[in-house]
Amino acid sequence: MSEYNVSQCRTPVFFDRFERKDENQHQTHYCPGCGHGVAHKLIAEALGELGLQDRTVMVSPVGCSVFAYYYFDTGNVQAAHGRAPAVATAVKRSNPGSIVISYQGDGDLAAIGTAEIVHAANRGENITVFFVNNSIYGMTGGQMAPTTLIGQTSTTSPWGRRPNNEGFPIKMAEMLSALEAPVYIERVALSDAKHIMQARRAVKKALQLQKEGAGFTMVEILSPCPTILKMEPTVARHWVADTLIKQFPLGVYRDRKPEFEPVLVPQKGVAELLGISGKRLSDEERHARRQHTRAKTIKVSGFGGQGILLLGQLIAEMGMREHMEVSWLPSYGPEMRSGSAHCDVTLSHDRVGTPLVSTPDVLVAMNEPSLRKFAPHVRPGGVILYNSRQLPEDLKFEGLTVACVPASEIADQIGSAKVSNVVMMGALLEATDCLPFTTAQAVLSGLVKNRKLAEMNEKALEAGRNYLDTEVLVGAVAGPDGCGE
Amino acid sequence: MAEQARGKVEVNQDECKGCGLCVESCPPKGLTLSPELNHYGVHPAQYHAEICTGCGICYFVCPEPGAITVYRLAVAKSEVSDAATV
Ligand SMILES: Cc1ncc(C[n+]2csc(CCOP(=O)(O)OP(=O)(O)O)c2C)c(N)n1
Ligand code: SF4
Ligand code: SF4
Repeated sequence: MSEYNVSQCRTPVFFDRFERKDENQHQTHYCPGCGHGVAHKLIAEALGELGLQDRTVMVSPVGCSVFAYYYFDTGNVQAAHGRAPAVATAVKRSNPGSIVISYQGDGDLAAIGTAEIVHAANRGENITVFFVNNSIYGMTGGQMAPTTLIGQTSTTSPWGRRPNNEGFPIKMAEMLSALEAPVYIERVALSDAKHIMQARRAVKKALQLQKEGAGFTMVEILSPCPTILKMEPTVARHWVADTLIKQFPLGVYRDRKPEFEPVLVPQKGVAELLGISGKRLSDEERHARRQHTRAKTIKVSGFGGQGILLLGQLIAEMGMREHMEVSWLPSYGPEMRSGSAHCDVTLSHDRVGTPLVSTPDVLVAMNEPSLRKFAPHVRPGGVILYNSRQLPEDLKFEGLTVACVPASEIADQIGSAKVSNVVMMGALLEATDCLPFTTAQAVLSGLVKNRKLAEMNEKALEAGRNYLDTEVLVGAVAGPDGCGE
Repeated sequence: MAEQARGKVEVNQDECKGCGLCVESCPPKGLTLSPELNHYGVHPAQYHAEICTGCGICYFVCPEPGAITVYRLAVAKSEVSDAATV
């Protein structure tokens, strides 16, 4: 008598014990004869054969297969309903060497998650989707799925699905194959031994392609759900063979490389984009730099079209050039012009905790409504720059430095209302010393290529600074740092 | 001596859920559902006839990770290369 050797047995890609609950740790939670169990086995076998177990991250869906992470001894993430392809995208992109599987049911993928799967496929994400189509919602007890057949009853289509009311079954394999990017899409069925062996090849091929970095791959797996179909397991399989396959034809829908050349963009850091030195500063250098800059939280406010957001951006960019930590947070209504607009800017010597500035050190108010709205929130000892010759008569501010700078008027004299924000920038730098003037000049000349406008900007910056220096400071009631109060 | 079967199957009676998919799928019909109940109260599959070919189909159609183990008859060295080419 010859000996027998093991040829097929439980793969180590599954955990030894499933720790979902105390008892029955060797069994899955799936119903007897459920296609999910077979699909799991085909995937686990393929991962083992391809040697991918240690690189694989399985993204489990919501649905009967929500517990896939109890079974696969791989990396595991469980995603919100329908979002597995988005989560898989993130996992793959942040860890390109990993093999990422998005495992989903038909309610998950074709109903609540329609957007995620379409866009992941359209982007050609290098992930593999195993789409288990059992024509019904299993976990929640048999509601109609997008894949439910015409005439098929469910708890939510008790008279059978009617195209005039519930639409037609969605054929995801065909639909996604209409996109340019996917490289491999096949539909298989767990209907009988022969088709299961075909499914096994498809599952392995998809993973092999991902291993090669080919792009988006998906295998749609027609699968029996004996419990909801209220059929014996073998009968449910026959139903897949005789009925489901007829409506969802099997076959390879896509098997080609996408027909485009990837355009690779050189990866540039902020410093490189700004054309400034990006080198890390030593502690001394950092300290020396701090002498020229001051940490401030700033709110710039007015109406849309006054260059409010741009002024904030310019200040933030200046901060970056001075090696400060900065943030810029715009807030504006739906109107592109008019309407109110404001932005928060933080200039800091340390990491910025929140970009939100609710109690600013400095308020730039380009009109009266924004002055009335934000002035009460300025920190004690803070600075208000107001775009006018004087404050409204009823307003009084205690413990604040207020400088009235008629920036719009000055801008008009220079030749363009557009530069009123730059006038204010000049005044702001003069009033707060937060950043050097030379940096402002550098940022402006980097931004504006038109020579005439550049000249006006230069004048505006200078005018704002001078106005504060001469008009406001001379003859003003002295405030804490010399500005008019 | 009757020819030894090329394969054999073991069913883990604790893991089997008695769905019968393996029974239906086995090409030489070597599996059947046991008349006995296992401790979950289902009739587990059992290997009942010495006719297994070691094809492994029952393993792949079974939804449970470790309910089925398939064995193949060890082959002499010279036969291995033959098998690999068929
Ligand atoms: C956001 C959200 N909506 C709805 C649900 C309820 N829910 C749980 S499973 C499920 C349907 C799953 O069906 P399918 O994807 O076909 O998986 P199956 O259970 O059939 O394997 C639904 C609607 C949920 N968990 N979360
Ligand atoms: S309800 Fe259906 S899909 Fe869910 S485990 Fe049971 S057979 Fe499988
Ligand atoms: S397929 Fe698996 S679970 Fe079903 S009867 Fe056979 S051994 Fe048992």
